[in-house]
Order: sequence, then C-alpha cells, then structure tokens
Amino acid sequence: MSQTAEQHQSLWLLTASPSIWAAHFVLCYASAAIWCEKFAGLGGSLTAVRLAIVVYSVVALTGIGIVGWIGCGRHRFGDAELPHNADTPEDRHRFLGFATLLLSALSGVAVLFVSLVALFFGECY
Amino acid sequence: MSEHREAHEAGKRDAQPLAEAPPKEVQRAQEERLLKIWETPGGWRYWSSVNNSDIGVWYTATAFVFFLFAGVLALLMRIQLAVPDNDFLSAEVYNQAFTVHGSVMMFLFAIPIFEAIAVLLLPQMLGARDLPFPRLSAFGFWCYLLGGIFLCGAIFFDAAPRGGWFMYPPLTSKYQTDIGADIWLLGFSFIEVAAIAAAVEMIVGTLKCRPPGMRINLIPLYAWYVLVAASMMLFAFPPLITGSMLLEIERAFGWPFFDPAGGGDPLLWQHLFWLFGHPEVYVVFLPSVALIAMIVPTFSRTPIVGYGWVVLSAVGTGFLSFGLWVHHMFTTGLPGISLGLFSAASQAVAIPTGVQIFCFIATLAAGRVVRSVPMLFALGSLMIFVLGGLTGVMVALVPFDFQAHDSFFIVGHLHYVMIGGVIFPMLAGLYYFYPLFDGKKLSDRLGKIAFWLTFIGFNITFMPMHLAGLRGMPRRVFTYPADAGLNTLNLISTVGAFILAAGIAVVVWDVIRLKQKQPYSEMNPWGAGTLEWLQEMPGKPWGMRSIPEIDSCYPLWDQPNLQRDVDEGRFYLPDAEEGLRETLVTSVIDAVPQQCARLPGSSFIPMIAAFSLGGFFILGTYHWWWPAVSSLLLAVAVFCYWLWTGTARTPEKDEKYVGLGLTLPIYVSGPASISWWSVFITMLADLTAFISLVFGYFFFWTIHDDFPPQPSPGPGVFWPTLGGGMLLAAWALTVFARRWNRSGNSAAFYTGLLTSIVLAAAGSAALVAGPWLTGLDPKSHVYPATVWVLVLWTVCHVAVGIIMQLYCLARKLAGQMTARRDVEIVNVTLYWHFTALTAGITVAVIAGFPLVD
Repeated sequence: MSQTAEQHQSLWLLTASPSIWAAHFVLCYASAAIWCEKFAGLGGSLTAVRLAIVVYSVVALTGIGIVGWIGCGRHRFGDAELPHNADTPEDRHRFLGFATLLLSALSGVAVLFVSLVALFFGECY
Repeated sequence: MSEHREAHEAGKRDAQPLAEAPPKEVQRAQEERLLKIWETPGGWRYWSSVNNSDIGVWYTATAFVFFLFAGVLALLMRIQLAVPDNDFLSAEVYNQAFTVHGSVMMFLFAIPIFEAIAVLLLPQMLGARDLPFPRLSAFGFWCYLLGGIFLCGAIFFDAAPRGGWFMYPPLTSKYQTDIGADIWLLGFSFIEVAAIAAAVEMIVGTLKCRPPGMRINLIPLYAWYVLVAASMMLFAFPPLITGSMLLEIERAFGWPFFDPAGGGDPLLWQHLFWLFGHPEVYVVFLPSVALIAMIVPTFSRTPIVGYGWVVLSAVGTGFLSFGLWVHHMFTTGLPGISLGLFSAASQAVAIPTGVQIFCFIATLAAGRVVRSVPMLFALGSLMIFVLGGLTGVMVALVPFDFQAHDSFFIVGHLHYVMIGGVIFPMLAGLYYFYPLFDGKKLSDRLGKIAFWLTFIGFNITFMPMHLAGLRGMPRRVFTYPADAGLNTLNLISTVGAFILAAGIAVVVWDVIRLKQKQPYSEMNPWGAGTLEWLQEMPGKPWGMRSIPEIDSCYPLWDQPNLQRDVDEGRFYLPDAEEGLRETLVTSVIDAVPQQCARLPGSSFIPMIAAFSLGGFFILGTYHWWWPAVSSLLLAVAVFCYWLWTGTARTPEKDEKYVGLGLTLPIYVSGPASISWWSVFITMLADLTAFISLVFGYFFFWTIHDDFPPQPSPGPGVFWPTLGGGMLLAAWALTVFARRWNRSGNSAAFYTGLLTSIVLAAAGSAALVAGPWLTGLDPKSHVYPATVWVLVLWTVCHVAVGIIMQLYCLARKLAGQMTARRDVEIVNVTLYWHFTALTAGITVAVIAGFPLVD
C-alpha cells in the first residue's frame, strides 16, 4: 500500500481548501477596498468588482472542488466505513481524506457566503 | 541514513510490551535513576525547575491570581454602576479599571491559562516526559510573570493605561501622553513574545513528541485544538506586535503612523489590532472547548461521536476566524461592500462552531451520562456559550450592529462568549484535572455549590446588560443619569456580580483549603480513556514511567494491561542509564520514532534571560534608553550563553537503545529535528509581523492620492537595490557555507561565512543609505516613516543574522559543530532564508513599487 505510506502524506492538504477560502476572501476585500478608495469613489459603480468577485469565486470553488474530490477519494479508500479510527496506515489515510473533504465543504460554503455580497451591492457605499 | 530506515521499519510493526516484567530490583533501580534525574530541585533552587509539571502549576496559579485581580476590578465597576450618579469611583479611576480589567482578562488570564494548561497537560496526554523545549516554557513563564506584575502594578500608582483594552489612537496617542499607554504597549509586546514562544512549543510538541504509534487519526482532541490555537497565535499575534511597535514609535519619537496631520490614519491601528483581536477570541475559546471535548466522552463512557467533524470544526474555525476582524469596525465608515464581506464571513464561522457543539450533544446522547461536577460546568458552559454565539450572529449583521455598537449589549454578548466559552470550561477542567497535579479530588459538594452560584450569578449579571444596552446604555462611561430608565437593570447586574463572585470564592476555597486528611484519589478517578490518566496519585516528576506504544484514541479503554505495562517499565525508555532527561521524537503523521531527544534540566538561565529582556521593555517604557539598551545587550549575552551551554550538545554516543528492539539516533539536524521546526515556526510568526508592516505601506498607499507624496524623492532605486543585492549574496554564501561544512571543507566554510558577514553589514549600510542620503525625515510624514520602519526592520533582522553567523563560526572553532553535527548552521541558514525574503520584499516595496505606481 505505497500510496498510504507516510512519506506521501502531509497535513498541508488539510489546509489547502481553507487557504483557498482565505485567498479568495483577501482578494475580494482588497479589490473592493482599492477600487472604492482609488477609482470609484463615494457612490461609484461596483460592476468591475462584482465581475472580479464572480471570477475569483469560480476559480476558488473549482480549486476547492478538486481538493475535496481528492479528499473524498482518500476517504473512500478500500472498503472501510466511518469512523476511521483504526491503528492502520489505511485508516489514517481515510481520516485525513475525510477531514480534507469536510474542510473543503466548509470552505466552499464560506466562499459562497462571501461571494453573495456581489449579488447585493451595486455601489461602494 | 541507516538509523532512519531502521526506525521506520520498526514503526511498521506495532511493538508489543515486554511479555515479562523486568525483575523487581531492576525496576526499582530504573525508578531510582529516573527519579534522580527528574527530581524537582529543593529549597530556593525550586525556582530553577524547568519541568513542565512545575512550570505548569506556577503558570496556572499565576493566571488565576491575575484573574481574581481583574475580577475585583470588575466588582468595583459594578459597585460604581449599581446606582445612578454614583461617585464611588472617579471617571479617571473607572477608565483605568475597565482598561486594566479587559487587558488583564485577555492578555494575562485567557491566553496564559491556555498556555498554562497546555504546558501542564499536553506532555501527559501525549505520553511524553516533557515538552520539547522545557527551558523555553520556563522562559515564557518568567516573562509573563514579570510583564504581568509590571502591568497590574501600574494601577496602584494611578499610572495604568486608560484607553480601553484596544487602545485606539488618537485617544491613546494625542490625548493620553502619560505613561499608561506605554506600559500597555511595551508590557504586552513583551508578554506576546512569550506567548509566541509557547505557541512554538505546543506546535512542535503536538507534531513531533507523540508516543510511538499515535497516528494523526488517534491523537486526543485536545491536541488538535491546541495545534490549531497555537498555529493561530503565529498569525494573530504578530499584527498586534507590529501595531504596538508603530504606536510606541509614534508616542516616543513622533513618527505619525496614526496621526492624520502627518498623513497617518488611526484606522490602521484598528485593522492591526482586530486582525489580532478577533482570532484571539478563538485562540482562547478553542483550547477551552477542547477541555470539554476531553470531559464529555469520559462522562458519557463512550468515544466522541464524529472525531473527524470535531477536527473540521477546530481547523475550520481557525481559518474562518481570520476573516472577521472588520466586524469590530462596522461603524468606521468603510465601504458597504467591505462590511458585507466581513458580515458574511462572521456568519459563516457559526457553522464550524456549531458543528462541535452538536458532536458533544451527540456523544452525550450516545452514551450513558455519569453525573459529576465537571459535567455540570461543561453543560453550563455549552448553554451560556450558545446564547453568546446567538447574540454574536445578531451583531454580525451590520444594521443590528449599528444599533448595538459600543453599548452594553456588546458587553453582555462578549461576556456570554468569554465566560461561557472560556471560564466555565476552565472550571470544568479544574475540577476534572485537579487530581493530576495534587493527587486529590476537589470537593463534589463545594463544586456543586460553586456551579450554581456562578451559573445563576452569571446570568443575573449579564442578561440584563443586553436590555440595558438596547435601552441605550453606552460602554465605558462611569455613570448614568437617574432618569435614563437603567437603574433597576444595573442594580440587578451588580447583585448578580456578587453572586458570581461568591461562586468563584467557593472554587478558590476548594482549591486552597488544606487537604492533608483527605486520602489520595484512586488512579484514573473518572474512568477516562486518555493517556494523561495513566498517572499515579500523586504524580511522579518523570511524567511517564515508560513511553507506551499507542493503538487507539482511548488507549486506557482499548489497550488491555496498559497501566501495568507502563508502570512496570515494559515499554520504551524505562530507564535513564546515562543520567540524562530524555524523551522520544516521532514523525508527524504516523508517530514513527525518529530520535531519542535529550532534554535540558533545571536552570536559572531562563529566569535571568526573561528578566534581562524584560528590563529592556520596562526601562524603555520610561524612556531610559541607555539602561534599556544595556539590558537588551545583557539579554543577548544571556541567550548566547544559554544556547552555547544548553543546546546541540555533543552526545557521548551516536545512538541509543530505547527498548523493545529499537535503536534511535541521539543527535538529529535538519527537518527531522525539533529545533529546525521551532525556527521555522518562529520565523513564520516573524514574517507575519513583517507582512503587517507591508500591509501598512499599502494601506497608506490606498488612502493617499499620491504615495510617495510629491515632491518627496523616496529612497531612490540605487541604494536599496545595492543593499538588497548584497544581502542576497550574504544569504547565498550562508547556504553554501552549510554545504561546505557538511562536505568537510572547513576553509571554504570559514571564508564563506566571514565574507557573508561583511556583505550583510555592508548591505545593511547601503539599505540605510537610501532614505538617509535622500533626506527622508520620518517625523515629517507617514511615507518616510513607513520607509524607515521597513528598512530598520530588515536591518535589525540582518543584525541578528550576523550574531547567528558569528555563533556558528565560534561553535565550529570550538569543535562543537562538525560536518555531521551541524544543527547550528542548518538552523541559521533557515533563519537566513526568511531574512533574504524580508530584504527582497523591503527593496521591492520601497524602491520598486514607486516605479510601478
């Protein structure tokens, strides 16, 4: 079972989806702040930022989807069921996959929450 | 690396404990040797102890004393507010009281108690003899004690800070020029250094010091929470350190970072503060709720339901909590869309927070719940915290927040969150874990009385505050008029506060009352399943008699004879043949043994280091620059002595047999070593502080039409580029020096490192020459101030880097560092990677960005 061996595993995959969420969040925030302060001004149009947020969101959701897919594959590795709490490399592999999947789901929801803002705001203020 | 392969193969098959116990006399001899080396020093030398079981108790006790101190301040405030137009406290003293109350509760109680409990319990839960850096914990404790006394003492001299726990300028810069704010800024910066040290310790402890076989899917939930909370500290605390540094520079030298007259902006402080402040709430909440995650399965007599979901909850909360900081700034006039983004994230964080609570409820439903005092506090905590969470979602909504902002509604909300999320779990943990450090249980009867007093008192105090707030009672105002319709609500709150205080007094009495006649508790009195309950009553200083192989998340429930096998020394490291403190270092994912690490013993050095570093901050507060700098230099000397005598010691042999057929290396360098990890983690925090500075630069760029302001020339391109180039060359030579050392080419090593030092010094000078020669005056405007601060930050890091290089040269000359034993140069190179990145970003920002803009 070389694919479950320790050297092919790391905790970084767990943090991948939340990190994508964080990058998405910072990009949305920075784009909006800079656009409103530097270019649009009070009551200026937000169209450019809304478009940008849509693009960021599509990219972010795709990335999170891929990570979640990988996680799901690991979670379903072999034919064991939850909870993945056996003292074997396989169950540890499944556990990390499951946690990655859950974090991806949460990050996906959080990205959707944040990007909803683009629906509601037509102007900076 | 034959050792590694051997260790790896050993980890593949699960080691079984010795079938036969060693003969009684062997066991006794082993115990004597272990006891001798782990013994707590007696007399005044007791204070030189670095054992986690001692430091943890001091830490916890100190945090509790600060808690009581801040609690008394709260009572004084409640007396003042009991009746309208009261003059029990003057406005001035009231301002100091609420500032010190908030600051002490957050910085001297909530965060330190987390560190304290982790120092005390984490090694036990992970079957380790101690934390990976015992002297670092001691150092952190002494920093905390000194800084805490300094801060709290100020109120007795009427010199305490009085700008609120979040210290907003310009109130704390222009309008309060006395020493209070300096005490806050420097005192807490000093304590935050200690907090980051603790975070490093906990992350490395959780990842690298687990017992063999404790795979990442088997670690106790407490360890997951601690890992997340400590990682959050790395990214949450540095912005505040940066902010405090900038505000102190403004106060001391007049560089106008937050002063609009000089192009600064007080909002930058709010960003930096809340970038710390909001995650901080979760930094203190997660390790507390972690105690509940340990308590609930024990009293439900069943493993936690949804282990993976709780991990999701901890990690998810850790991330999302960094997207909330602007919800403290909803009323500052930011663009509506920005508010919308943060409002959305603030609501999203309720999802992971809720998930863990459902897991706890499911666990309670799945098991047969045993009634007990810890369970009472745990249930009380869940009820209070859920209410605080719900009002939290309310204030996450921008229109509602506009109404509730700065009113007593917020005071009610935050106390529901903090007391429900931190204090009640702590009290549950106190009753639950108390036998581990005293060998005796606290009283069930007193515990029940304490619970009902605190629970009822708490609700009577804080529930009416929501109403008072909605009726318009503002925060931080020392009194209110009689006809404002607030009299009854405030009187009820005050009565409640004293009931709550009575409950706390019962807890205190239960802890300090003499228990000589009370028999020792039986082992594992609650019937728990996790490793810390292997401990004998009373506990032994060695922590674990022998370090077991772990096969389950609840080893005491699932591994037969575990207690007997550990206590008879049938597992790893049952002995201390060489008379040295030792523990096992294992791999991150599967906890495969990698190293037998030697730990340092008792020493006064951490205390001296903490006091000399503290001298710098405390003397600096009074602007006594020469004594302050002397104290800093003394601290540097002490650190060098500490490193030289206490770290990377040459072992008497390469490998050691640790039992059960396993032989491990004693000396490890590079990413397998715990010191490499600690440098890496520390530098991540350092980089975050630097990024906060860069954020400041771009923040000012955003709010100014021209930045750099015309006709300011800026530092130019030539000098910064030259300086940056030389610093990168210095870095490259350091990397090569590491290689030359490893390949045995000593001459190249010495030449390379010396050249690197010269280049580093010259590069720093060139970097300073940029703003210097173009005459940038940091007092004139925020632009030159920001450029100077970026340059000085880089130069300070290079200076530390040079000291490190000199240290490596000295170690090599002294024969302490060799081609094979090269921890020093490997870790210093890692430091230089980060320094090169810092220098590169600085040059790109100060010289490159004006060209692009």
